[in-house]
Amino acid sequence: MINKIRESAEEAVADVKDGSIVLIGGFGMTGEPQELCDALARRKVRDLTIVTNNAGSGEAGIGRMLAEGCVAKLVCSYPRVPGSTVFEELYEAGKIDLEIVPQGTIAERVRAGAAGVPAFYTRTAWGTPLAEGKEVREFDGKEYLMERAIRGDVALVKGLKGDRWGNLVYTKSMRNFNPVMAMGAEMTIAQVKTVVELGELDPEVIVTPSIFVDRVVEVEPMNA
Amino acid sequence: MTQPLNRLQMAWRCAHDIPEGSVVNLGVGIPLAVLDQTPDDREIIFHSENGILGMKALDPGDPEDPELVNAGKRPVKMNPGGAFFHHADSFLMVRGGHLDYTVLGAYEVAENGDLANWRLPNSKTAPAVGGAMDLAYGAKQVYVICDHNSKDGSPKIVKKTELPLTGRECVSRVFTDIAVIDRTPDGMVVREMIDGMTFDELQDRTGATLRLANDWKPLEAPDLDS
Repeated sequence: MINKIRESAEEAVADVKDGSIVLIGGFGMTGEPQELCDALARRKVRDLTIVTNNAGSGEAGIGRMLAEGCVAKLVCSYPRVPGSTVFEELYEAGKIDLEIVPQGTIAERVRAGAAGVPAFYTRTAWGTPLAEGKEVREFDGKEYLMERAIRGDVALVKGLKGDRWGNLVYTKSMRNFNPVMAMGAEMTIAQVKTVVELGELDPEVIVTPSIFVDRVVEVEPMNA
Repeated sequence: MTQPLNRLQMAWRCAHDIPEGSVVNLGVGIPLAVLDQTPDDREIIFHSENGILGMKALDPGDPEDPELVNAGKRPVKMNPGGAFFHHADSFLMVRGGHLDYTVLGAYEVAENGDLANWRLPNSKTAPAVGGAMDLAYGAKQVYVICDHNSKDGSPKIVKKTELPLTGRECVSRVFTDIAVIDRTPDGMVVREMIDGMTFDELQDRTGATLRLANDWKPLEAPDLDS
């Protein structure tokens, strides 16, 4: 019997290794898999590269991973949000590497990695400081930047419901980066509000099909 | 002379230029106020980069849902017909030319339409770009809302910007507190300016070379508390 259900967040992240590339869903606090991040922070994993849109808020979730010193490098589009104090302290002290990537380029780099596409061309950021060091190529009279795919070792995502195969559905705008990150890693760990029986999720509305998900854990999120 | 427009009035004036049926993305800051200033009788589909089509401003007393937020992470609600989707699809919409308009803020706009809105030089704080660069090249029309001048009086519409760029030659129209200006192949054309201001006065407050449209109008907006 296929059973991807894990009993706790701790168990779900127990074998995440130092130095991993970790993709994390969420847009600000909305859809951030805080309990999985907290479990990883408690393990004091080291030298992670995390790929996520923001830099956490407060001292839970991504903020806690930063505070516990788990993160060597942050790849994100917008690290400054209300409450991103832990990140700002680390950044000012030179204790964290930061790679700023346009938001759509993060999504597309992860999607490309998931699709087996090693690189792609985009107009976004052409002619800006973020184009530095990137190959430029002309197509049909316009210049584009080459961007490399990102492939994660681990993805941490949050869903509303999941089943033992790993199918996931989301709710409203907490979907955001979660389905993208879920596709993009060797091992995808999902926290869900409710684990449901296999067959309960309508195949027509499953957003993340089971193939992308390796572990599912039910947690009662601290901020619903 | 008529008072300069406040921020809500600038958003109102911009909303006025977005036609029925458009799909529109609003940047964080003043542009998000366009959501509240859109006429009720105009059907516009607002796109939010975090995976929403069809969002709507909350009315007073509406419940706030932490799982239903806009690009500024503030709560919104949905219009009938709205849809949710993930970030890769959301930015496919942005980057693939599917949006009719985006409305962005600006530090500076140059005469050739270059936009600088994400970073000031020598800033000690961490850089942050969000979706601005995706939107600058992705949307069919890039509208900008910004004050005409900085607090120190320096113009925001300039001949050439030395600030870190968000995108090159991408701005199509600028709504300021004193004027509405189009970037055209023939340069910056003033469509509207506030009543009582002369063209020379406006030019004095602007770095870029302006031309006054033959059919220019006074820039007006209803009273709105900012």
